[in-house]
Amino acid sequence: MESSITINNLTKRFGNVVAVNDFSLSIEPGAFLTLLGPSGCGKTTLLRCIAGLEDPDGGEIYIGDKLVFSYTRGISLPPGQRNLGLVFQNYALWPHMTVYKNMTFALEVQKLSKEEMNVRVKESLAEVQMDGYEDRYPREMSGGQQQRIALARMLAYRPKVFLMDEPLSNLDARLRMDMRAELKHLHHVAKATTVYVTHDQVEALTMSSAIAVMKEGVLQQLGSPDEIYRYPANLFVADFIGNPKVNLLDGVATGHSVDLGRFQIDMDTTGAPEKVVVAVRPEDVAISLEPVPGSVEFTAYSVLPSGADSTIVARLGKLEITVRVMGISTICMDDKIWLVFDPQMLNLYDRESGDRSTLGS
Amino acid sequence: MTAPAVAQQPLSMRLLASSRRFIRWLTRPQVVLSLIMLFLMFYMIIIPLYRMVMTTVTWQPRDVINVPEAEVGGLTLYHYIRMLTGALGKIYLYTPLVHSLTIATGATFLALLIGGSLAWLVVRTDMPGRRLVNQLALVPYIMPSWTLAQAWLVFFKNRLSGGTPGVFEYLVGTSPPNWLSYGPVPIMICSALHYYTFFFLFVSAALMSIDSNLEEAGDLAGASRGRILRKITFPLVMPAILSGVIMTFSKVLGTFGGPNILGTPVRYYVVATMIRGSIGVGDKADAFVLAIILILFSMTIINFNQKLVGTRKSYETIGGRGFVAQVSKLGKLKKVALAGVIVFQILVIVVPLGLLVWSSLMLQDGNYSLSNLSLQHWIGPRGTIYNHGEPGVLLNPKIWKTAWNSIRLALWTALFTALIGILLGYAIVKGRGTRLSKLIEQLAFIPYVIPGIAFGAVYIAMFIKPLGPIPALYGTFALLVVVSVGKHIPYSSRSGVSAMMQVGRELEEAAQISGAGVLRRFKAIIFPLTSAGFVSGFLLTFITTMRELSLIILLVTPETQVLASQTMFYIENGDGQMANVVILILISLVAIGNLIISRFRGGSLKKGLGM
Repeated sequence: MESSITINNLTKRFGNVVAVNDFSLSIEPGAFLTLLGPSGCGKTTLLRCIAGLEDPDGGEIYIGDKLVFSYTRGISLPPGQRNLGLVFQNYALWPHMTVYKNMTFALEVQKLSKEEMNVRVKESLAEVQMDGYEDRYPREMSGGQQQRIALARMLAYRPKVFLMDEPLSNLDARLRMDMRAELKHLHHVAKATTVYVTHDQVEALTMSSAIAVMKEGVLQQLGSPDEIYRYPANLFVADFIGNPKVNLLDGVATGHSVDLGRFQIDMDTTGAPEKVVVAVRPEDVAISLEPVPGSVEFTAYSVLPSGADSTIVARLGKLEITVRVMGISTICMDDKIWLVFDPQMLNLYDRESGDRSTLGS
Repeated sequence: MTAPAVAQQPLSMRLLASSRRFIRWLTRPQVVLSLIMLFLMFYMIIIPLYRMVMTTVTWQPRDVINVPEAEVGGLTLYHYIRMLTGALGKIYLYTPLVHSLTIATGATFLALLIGGSLAWLVVRTDMPGRRLVNQLALVPYIMPSWTLAQAWLVFFKNRLSGGTPGVFEYLVGTSPPNWLSYGPVPIMICSALHYYTFFFLFVSAALMSIDSNLEEAGDLAGASRGRILRKITFPLVMPAILSGVIMTFSKVLGTFGGPNILGTPVRYYVVATMIRGSIGVGDKADAFVLAIILILFSMTIINFNQKLVGTRKSYETIGGRGFVAQVSKLGKLKKVALAGVIVFQILVIVVPLGLLVWSSLMLQDGNYSLSNLSLQHWIGPRGTIYNHGEPGVLLNPKIWKTAWNSIRLALWTALFTALIGILLGYAIVKGRGTRLSKLIEQLAFIPYVIPGIAFGAVYIAMFIKPLGPIPALYGTFALLVVVSVGKHIPYSSRSGVSAMMQVGRELEEAAQISGAGVLRRFKAIIFPLTSAGFVSGFLLTFITTMRELSLIILLVTPETQVLASQTMFYIENGDGQMANVVILILISLVAIGNLIISRFRGGSLKKGLGM
């Protein structure tokens, strides 16, 4: 049922702008892969290339073992022959058709029997919990409902690959949370290979089996959500993933410690260049209210509680570090606090190239 | 990169790959449509223009009379020298050109004043009855542009033409002076009262689309009312004003009807009437020189205007969704404003039509007694001393045929124009950013800058002889359809683009992903979703074609006569009252057409103008 997707050296230009640059990626059958990156990074273009809505300027794409695009061979299957479904950012439900008509449009093209169509529509609507909405027009439904119908429309013709282009970005925050769970469950049930485009890192981390982070048309890192979060391959990924943002501090590696100017963190830095950037996630810094061995004295510059956790901005001279603690913090602004850094939780990056240094000999 | 891999491929493979890619490009629906449209526009715009220019720079058979050594078909600047220099130049070109420009400038300014104020009153004040005014403001647009000229004549004429008194003389006792009866002043006023609708439409749309937050921000910054109006509102409305200026100016430059009715009796000629005159005496090349100069003037002015507003802003979308606009409280002036507007509407709509009706009911022109009222011009018998023995209009089979020609012409033109509009819109919007799309958009814009009468002249040059597989269309009904469709291409592409923009490419792409082919996508998605745009384009074209005169006056023959040209022939023949009957019939037909067509699918005149 499910297909793999293989992309080799794909390039797509718009005039002088290279939207996708020599991009290679392999997606396992049944995977939920998220293309993640800031707007303009080429993730939607890449998705549209897979769908066949754009004609790339180089490279090739396989869906399963079927070659759907090859520049050098001049092959490009039209979208309808690639056996995939696409959910658009604005749903793209046809406003002049009822839900039923919207859903059976593709089935009519496939020349399915009337009975079969009815069965498919019923099943798919049930899957997105929209039973009984067959006769509604898109404008008679809320954004969330339209979203579900857009999903149902795709489910009804049972493509082997699901493509989704920021499908949740038009929903309000609460609905988005609900739909994430729904989508993840749907993928679990349908088991179709899914390529999901988003700029929302939380969405990417919560839903994907694999994440491909993109910047300016180039793949930055491919990995599981855990890998991407714990071991960002370069400063761009480190900075892009995580909320509040990762702390990035300029330092000098001495071999057995990192010198951050006002203080040092003892750790083995063999394998790292001299000029480094230390990355530490806000939740990986511990706060002590009194001095403990190895701690560094900071001042609480700002305290931002948000219910489940609190964010504390600590300062030492010009050095500013964001720390995240669970629950409501008792720390007050201008309090003295002591930060403890766990060398295990730090990543070192080459200040020149921005790439992560693999530590240890 | 993949470069090495490509280099290693055998040549045959590479050729196969690039030909496949080329065919794929060529068979994209937007490319196919673009190429068809490109061909169409070459045929309808570029080739005629080229032929016209060629006619002016070659010796014509006629020239042998004046210049015996002329070699027919050889290149020469003779026509230009003739028309641009000496006494002939003054008579044929310079004086009429000054007249044309004077009238165009005056009419544009006046129209701006009227249309702009009306728009402001309707959109931005609390004047009562604004909805009604909004609708009535469009009425002059559905009347032929020379209706007012004809009504003006009924009221203000003096003994100079026809020797019968006008209503003014009947009421006041003295004959009005020539400057009030004929010439530039009445032409300007009549043109302005017709063309102010453009300003009204454009400016009211622009005013509606201004977010009043912008003005409120100025308010909060402590700027005075006048300063806000000057520094914020005005610049934002400026593109709309300028696009109104362009449209009106170029239209008035090419208008034939008004100047012919009000100018010719006092030998106040404009370029448009001059072109007609030259064609009439067979001096085609001379007429074409005039037409080219008119086109150049129109283009220059439009270009200049567009430089003023920056990159083509003036022509591009001015429309937009309405915001809740800040409304000026008129206070005590409310009633004054309303009264003024009512009087204005009566003067522009009721009085002219009333005058035409009255005139059509007078047995003898200029006799204002009740006993002179008669239906002779409507249903009188044949062979009387009136109207050269022609029967009343309603009993005249010739007029019935002419009316049928008008309706037929308007329907065919509207159908083709609306269809081409949607297809052009598709080709342009889908191809956005490509050179092909830009080329088509620019080509489609050309007829816009060619004044109506000149556009008609272009078509004489083109279709008088067969061209390749295309027969000589001169004198045929088809030619009238072709010229009307050609002239409407800018409007149809504009409304087509705005209709397509609202569809959103995802809607078609979703169908593409579903495996639907091109035809199915057009049938199931594109056409249904652009139907309002289609109907609106249809309606606009229907109305303008029904009452179009300048465009076709050079091309009609007795067989292909339409109502608009028929009125002009009656007027020139001295049967002004018959003309008035025909005008009234024409207006009724347009109004009925408007009522019927606008019932379908939310079509509207405004949408037809791409707003």
